[in-house]
Amino acid sequence: MTRARARARTRRARVVETLMRIVTGGAAALIVLSAFGLLGYLLVRGLPSISWVFLTAMPKLGGIFPAIVGTFWLTAGTAVFSLPIGIAAGIYLSEYAPRSRRTRFIRLSIANMAGVPSIVYGLFGLAVFVMLFGFKVSILSGALTLACLTLPVIITTTEEALRQVPQDLRQASLALGATRWRTIYKVVLPAAAPGIVTGSILGLSRASGETAPVLFTAVFFSAPLPTSPFDKVMALPYHIYIMATQPNHPQPGIVWGSALVLVAGVTVINIVAAAWRSRARRRVTW
Amino acid sequence: MGEPRRKLTGSGRTGRARATETVVRTIIASSGWVAIVILTAIAIFLGTNAWPALSSPVAGLWRMLTGTAWYSTATPPEFGFLPYIVSTLRVTGVALAIAVPIGIAAAVFISEFAGRRIKEISKSIIEFMAAVPSVVYGLMGVYVVGPAVKDLLHLTSALTALSAGIVLAFMALPTIVSISEDAMHAVPSDLRMGSLALGNTRWQTAYKVIVPAAGSGIFASVMLGMGRAIGETMVVLMVAGGTMDLTWSLTASARPLTAVIASEMGEVVQGGLHYSALFVIGLTLFVITFAANLAADLVLERQRRRWRR
Amino acid sequence: MAFARKKEGHVVSTLQQGCFDLRDVSVAYGKETAVSGVAMSIEPHSVTALIGPSGCGKSTLLRCLNRMNDELGDVRVGGTILLDGEDIYSGDVDPVELRSRVGQVFQRPNPFPMSIYDNVAYGPRTLGTRDRGELEALIEDSLRRAALWEEVGGNLKKHAFELSGGQQQRLCIARALATKPEVLLMDEPASALDPISTQLIEDTIAELKSDVTIVIVTHNMQQAARISDRTAFMLRESMDRPAGLVEIGDTRQMFTKPVDKRTEAYITGRFG
Repeated sequence: MTRARARARTRRARVVETLMRIVTGGAAALIVLSAFGLLGYLLVRGLPSISWVFLTAMPKLGGIFPAIVGTFWLTAGTAVFSLPIGIAAGIYLSEYAPRSRRTRFIRLSIANMAGVPSIVYGLFGLAVFVMLFGFKVSILSGALTLACLTLPVIITTTEEALRQVPQDLRQASLALGATRWRTIYKVVLPAAAPGIVTGSILGLSRASGETAPVLFTAVFFSAPLPTSPFDKVMALPYHIYIMATQPNHPQPGIVWGSALVLVAGVTVINIVAAAWRSRARRRVTW
Repeated sequence: MGEPRRKLTGSGRTGRARATETVVRTIIASSGWVAIVILTAIAIFLGTNAWPALSSPVAGLWRMLTGTAWYSTATPPEFGFLPYIVSTLRVTGVALAIAVPIGIAAAVFISEFAGRRIKEISKSIIEFMAAVPSVVYGLMGVYVVGPAVKDLLHLTSALTALSAGIVLAFMALPTIVSISEDAMHAVPSDLRMGSLALGNTRWQTAYKVIVPAAGSGIFASVMLGMGRAIGETMVVLMVAGGTMDLTWSLTASARPLTAVIASEMGEVVQGGLHYSALFVIGLTLFVITFAANLAADLVLERQRRRWRR
Repeated sequence: MAFARKKEGHVVSTLQQGCFDLRDVSVAYGKETAVSGVAMSIEPHSVTALIGPSGCGKSTLLRCLNRMNDELGDVRVGGTILLDGEDIYSGDVDPVELRSRVGQVFQRPNPFPMSIYDNVAYGPRTLGTRDRGELEALIEDSLRRAALWEEVGGNLKKHAFELSGGQQQRLCIARALATKPEVLLMDEPASALDPISTQLIEDTIAELKSDVTIVIVTHNMQQAARISDRTAFMLRESMDRPAGLVEIGDTRQMFTKPVDKRTEAYITGRFG
């Protein structure tokens, strides 16, 4: 190829390069700007509604307290049911499971569980917890359903956190005469704890924002504050949905205020969890 | 030195430690199976609850899948849900048409062009987007996207397949971007360096080397994003409009499978035929997303083994 | 030194020596035999060095002595390995128990992400020691033997990762010593460290050998010549034959007048 042609080729390539940088960068920018747009819009429309009264009063007085309480209890219940099993399963996959077809099958199932639509979990919860087990529409049914939904996230996050712990720590412990379990319990788990906690918090915060699984298993449009796990509850996401789809849009303020509370809650928790994880992580590897 | 000798065989301590180890191992191993148990249970319970409608002379799988009329309260009732399948296809089609090109392009940018700071910021923002609850996306559809589309295209309604599809695209984007970016990031830097050393620009490296190498991962990300779009309920319930007509028009309203279940389950007689028909829809959804996920898993597993991550 | 486990274990009035006797030892991973036909003895209260080019099976052999090979999956060890006359691979021997008598220090320092105190206390706590006074005495003793007490004794709550690389490795030595092992296995303990730390560790080894038997794998011949009493030379001559022991003997003699020609070739630098 002659010098001139080579130079022309390079020039063209550079032009294309710059062009594609702009195009792909534009795509990324579009996404980022939409995210900011969403947050901004939420703030603008929702902030005016936020007040102490709004957060702590009952609906009759224009507040959303019962919805916040309901969401809290649903999330707490989800944690109770999903964390022990999920973390144990994560430990199994990382520390005990052999490299066999059976293990691959388990991993495949977990990945598939993560892809099941949330409304299908709702149906499952309805058929099993509400009807078959007879828990009726209640916090218990809702929490169990949400726990099924959250389980794959907990398992995956636990396994990943455990994998990050360097192998030589396990070797050192075994060489000192500790059993496998003692090694996990005293060395590996504590080292992986920040990752596990953060991942679990993130998974639980997503569960708290779900509507479909609790539609027929836990929520009711208007319910008093719960006094037992067998009560129906209100929940923030469901409340937002109901308020927004009423034909006589009475209170857009409540709708946007609740939406802001929900998103702000989820975001703040995510940020705090992520920040704590990066601080704590520094102490595990050097 | 002069130490009395310690026995190598089971002293009391190791006997106890061994017993604990066995107990713990059993408990932990059994929890490993929970995912399989639940997944199987979902399939079973969906199946048993769908069975009355599937086996009923009035309904039956073939008539339901191909029927175009859904008259649940008529006598005899009809449960054809083909229009709803088409609705799902419409909104998912719009969502993917938007999310796939933009998502892959953004992933290329983040993986191949962006500096470290931009990379970190972008990834955090995308994580944020993934964490936003679906109802809130639904709100944005109803109050922002829908009216905008209506005005721009001079439509009669703000709640259409198009509006819902656009919002769904935003929900699928985080999945597509992060998994594609992971796949591109996983391509060994030797290949990248080799290409650059030959005089290729970053863009040429990206489309000639990186994207093909990460191909299976990108494919998987699209599969998973599609699964999310198909399975999404609240957005389509609030934004898609809810028509029962069989139409392919994007500017008409739509009633995807998920929306049918969500809107009707509250009013059915539990245990009745209508109830069972909704479970048939649920089963259909389960099968479709299961297939998409399986395809994605197998492909991702192959990619992982290739680069031995 | 009183130990809680004395109440549980049987006390045999034979002294702990830390004497290994290997007879026709082989190691196979899956279908492939990595090492075979090793016969040697490790003298108590001495330093025995295992040298040889990389891939000659010295680390593999070392891992047999505390049965750490068991943790690697499909591994079969043939032949007999006796520790003070007891077959360590016999059916009723618990590897966990064995490892409290045969300690190991690894190539890269691997302290736990805990305080210095908790690191050294890990072994004794595993063995059942709970008494604070006992633990503290044990920790100080171990840190002194590892030549680290002077530098950290004032603040044992310091996090292990705040120590330098050389200090961390000495911490690992102290940690291994805390279970009062008869034998200490060291797999290239100074290869990741700077020369000053290396010197410190070599000095420590020289001091330790009076009450602990030391087996050290090293790729550094000069180091072997400096610190060991006996040296074993291992070699894998080709990929289709397993590695084996070529020669073992008194260090001074090995390095001046080796018996086997292959040993001579390695020592004079003709290969490896």
